[in-house]
Amino acid sequence: MFFIQNNFHQSQLFSIPLFEYLQPIIEILQKNGLVFSFLLVGLIMYISYLVSKNLTNHKIPGAAIAISFGLFVAYLGNGEKGIASIPIFSGMAILGGSMLRDYSIVSTALGASFTEIKKTGLVGLLCLVIGTVLAYVVGGSIAFMMGYNDAKSIATIGAGACTFIVGPVTGSAVGASSSVIAISIAIGVIKSVIVTIATPFVAKKFGIIDPHNAMIFGGLVGSTSGVSAGLAATDPKLVPYGALTATFHTAMGCLLCPSILYYLTLIIVQ
Amino acid sequence: MKIYGVALLAFCFLVGHILGDFLGKAFHLNGNLGGVGFAMLMLILLNDFFKRKKLLAEETESGILFWSKMYIPVVIAMSSTQNVKAALSGGWLALLVGLFATMACYFFIPIMSKLKLNK
Repeated sequence: MFFIQNNFHQSQLFSIPLFEYLQPIIEILQKNGLVFSFLLVGLIMYISYLVSKNLTNHKIPGAAIAISFGLFVAYLGNGEKGIASIPIFSGMAILGGSMLRDYSIVSTALGASFTEIKKTGLVGLLCLVIGTVLAYVVGGSIAFMMGYNDAKSIATIGAGACTFIVGPVTGSAVGASSSVIAISIAIGVIKSVIVTIATPFVAKKFGIIDPHNAMIFGGLVGSTSGVSAGLAATDPKLVPYGALTATFHTAMGCLLCPSILYYLTLIIVQ
Repeated sequence: MKIYGVALLAFCFLVGHILGDFLGKAFHLNGNLGGVGFAMLMLILLNDFFKRKKLLAEETESGILFWSKMYIPVVIAMSSTQNVKAALSGGWLALLVGLFATMACYFFIPIMSKLKLNK
């Protein structure tokens, strides 16, 4: 569980005259970070939906614009926590942290139909295995082609192609170097960014239109944040189905990658 | 009361996490194995059960629905706190693997969805 640390440093900005006047306001915003993040996200959504309506004529969903906006904002921040690395925006890390994210993902299950899930049951399970192996093989092969020839690195990069949690879990389990682990996290993050942005555009082409296929999609692709954000931008009704299988994808990856898949890689490489 | 819904959701969330953590430990992995998935399954089952027994009041349900409506805002906050710089600095390897792994998964969707029709 990632949790925000409450180590707010007095910013050096306050030595600049203009910011001296703003200091009390900034302090209040920092102290009430979570509430401030409600305001910020509300503003981001308002602007994004306005852009969606007026500039793209609803062709690009407002949610997709808002999420891309969020990623852009993250780029402005410095380091691991995106925009939240700037103390005044630290509340974003609470609102977007794993606790509230998981809590709200679980709540979407209320809209899911039990019979629909039962119908997809076995196929869904198969998707989890295929999705994991597929990502691992694609990731591992590219790593091999680009000059990584030790099983540890190949396994870690392959695992990173599942999700950005499976990568570091596998990397630390097999004892890969920290730079390879960093690459595996980067791969997972890139995957979730691609899935987030691309899904609304390719949903029709690949048939992500009903609960059944949304579950297949979630199981194959896996990245929970990408899948649920992408589906939210495509059709919010599909979110619980995709998210349900996607959350098990990480579990499947953490099980298969450092064990069976790693040993197979070891045999092939040597 | 709305808080009943919020509390029910919290109950499912916590039980799911405990279960996921337990599984993670059982397989000697320092991670939560499918905790969210278990929590979702539990909420789906409980919801199904309560609906059939007509035990779930609309007020209770609205306590849960509020959070499902907060989902997109939470995701936006989450995307704004991702390590996007690191993702971009991971270089070509990261970009290539991310791109091709994602594409491969997309192309399997139609294949897997047809699988059900053949059964």
